[in-house]
Amino acid sequence: MQTSLTINGETRQLDLDPRTSLLDALRHHLGLTGSKKGCDHGQCGACTVLINGRRVNACLSLLCMHEGDEVVPIEGLGQPGALSPMQQAFVEKDGYQCGYCTPGQICSATAMLEEIAQGWPSHVTADLEARPELTTEEISERMSGNLCRCSAYPNIVDAIRKAAGETA
Amino acid sequence: MRPFDYHRATAPDDAARAAASGGTFIAGGTNLVDLMKLEVMAPERLVDITRLDMRGIEETGDGGLRIGALVSNTDLANDARVRRDWPVLSRALLSGATQQLRNKATTGGNLLQRTRCLYFYDRAMPCNKREPGSGCGAMEGFNRILAVLGTSDHCIATHPSDMAVAMMALGAEVEIARAGGNTERLPLDDLYLLPGDTPERETVLAPGDLITAVILPAPVAGRQSYRKVRDRASYAFALVSVAAVVAVEDGKVARADLAFGGLAPKPWRDKDVEAALLGQPPSEALFDKAADILLAKAQGHGANDFKIPLARRVLSAVLTELTEGAAA
Ligand SMILES: Cc1cc2nc3c(=O)[nH]c(=O)nc-3n(C[C@H](O)[C@H](O)[C@H](O)COP(=O)(O)OP(=O)(O)OC[C@H]3O[C@@H](n4cnc5c(N)ncnc54)[C@H](O)[C@@H]3O)c2cc1C
Ligand code: SF4
Ligand code: FES
Ligand code: FES
Repeated sequence: MQTSLTINGETRQLDLDPRTSLLDALRHHLGLTGSKKGCDHGQCGACTVLINGRRVNACLSLLCMHEGDEVVPIEGLGQPGALSPMQQAFVEKDGYQCGYCTPGQICSATAMLEEIAQGWPSHVTADLEARPELTTEEISERMSGNLCRCSAYPNIVDAIRKAAGETA
Repeated sequence: MRPFDYHRATAPDDAARAAASGGTFIAGGTNLVDLMKLEVMAPERLVDITRLDMRGIEETGDGGLRIGALVSNTDLANDARVRRDWPVLSRALLSGATQQLRNKATTGGNLLQRTRCLYFYDRAMPCNKREPGSGCGAMEGFNRILAVLGTSDHCIATHPSDMAVAMMALGAEVEIARAGGNTERLPLDDLYLLPGDTPERETVLAPGDLITAVILPAPVAGRQSYRKVRDRASYAFALVSVAAVVAVEDGKVARADLAFGGLAPKPWRDKDVEAALLGQPPSEALFDKAADILLAKAQGHGANDFKIPLARRVLSAVLTELTEGAAA
């Protein structure tokens, strides 16, 4: 089954079994092993990538359904020597321990700041029609789809605040 | 995962044709791909409907909203009109799953997501829904998350959607393109079937029937709330949830549109409960009486017994919240 899509700005053509998840396509067929497989069932967020600018779980996405889409996994956000502000903030604030959940956390957090900028409400937003603020409660709720087995949560929140331009 | 043929539908009739003969629609895939990995579902052909033109949210002539079946849970929760006029729907959506999942999950897929019963997910266990006639492992097993209303001796599964509970309280209708070519509109309540002795049949849809939209009637006066009780503060399915649209006029309840999640095999609405509230001055005793009616036939199965008193308290809390300080 032929699928053509853009990955980190480059058009890629893949000929794979339709059962292949986007996550497996990235990791096993494109050598992009930054995205991680924690659960393979949409429960942990380690596989979070951006598709057409929005964060999704790559493990529950079939590659064949993403013909023509733009996919950006962690490798596309920044590279050693040219880290994205969010990647840099995770390094500075020690936003990880083992690092397994980190690529997913960073992709997710990057999209999350954009969502707040666009005024998306969350479950904890008191007024659905007001601009959401970047409180700790909002960050925790909005990042609840990314589990961290090492429980680096406090530093992850600090890193996100730092990347958002606050000097936490 | 079992092998399947993949078909990308280009038009609704093409989708219907491809699905009528052994095909299964896939939208966001967040439920179906999960179940396919576990081989709980094993479609021979997947019919990808994501390229169909069903992503719009349009105003209907009478002040309501027509929500395309492919509108993502995110876009629906974020819609300015929904946030303003149907906030219970935004609230229900935002309480479900995670941002990553809501970005993929669609309106149609959310309505048709399968139960989270642990035995349904585990192919080593008996389950009448997955394998008719094999028995129900949950009946005397781990049934903490399962239903206390509308069940049968064959299945006590709950419908897990939050969105559908809000839509039920709002009196939504579902638009269906029947595989035969007709388009029909059904009250959401009529989409779902109770398990009876065929728990494998969950809706009135036949193979190839495509949900094309959900229609919300015009907003009504009243306060709205979605209250969801769960095992953790975020990212968990409801144990009990209540969606409510309540108005008080001249010190009496003038509207009480209520729907319940986590209690039954379908989003649950009980008009007798609403009738008992209407025209009465709000009070603790009245809310208790409403709960008596709601729960008169409730039956626990051990581990889920707690849902009965919990539903009573959540209903009372929501009614108190929505009637408190209302013009007396
Ligand atoms: C970890 C996790 C946590 C979750 N937590 C919650 C929660 O707290 N609350 C909640 O409500 N939900 C929750 N969900 C479920 C989620 O909301 C559903 O998986 C999602 O809404 C399904 O939508 P989809 O578009 O991905 O459906 P799909 O997986 O694509 O499809 C689901 C079913 O619907 C059928 N279908 C889809 N579209 C149509 C159509 N237009 N016409 C006819 N048939 C159609 C498919 O054939 C399939 O059988 C959770 C899911 C996960 C994985
Ligand atoms: S409750 Fe229903 S879904 Fe769960 S094991 Fe019993 S038959 Fe299966
Ligand atoms: S690997 Fe995708 S959510 Fe866990
Ligand atoms: S840093 Fe180890 S799982 Fe998060």
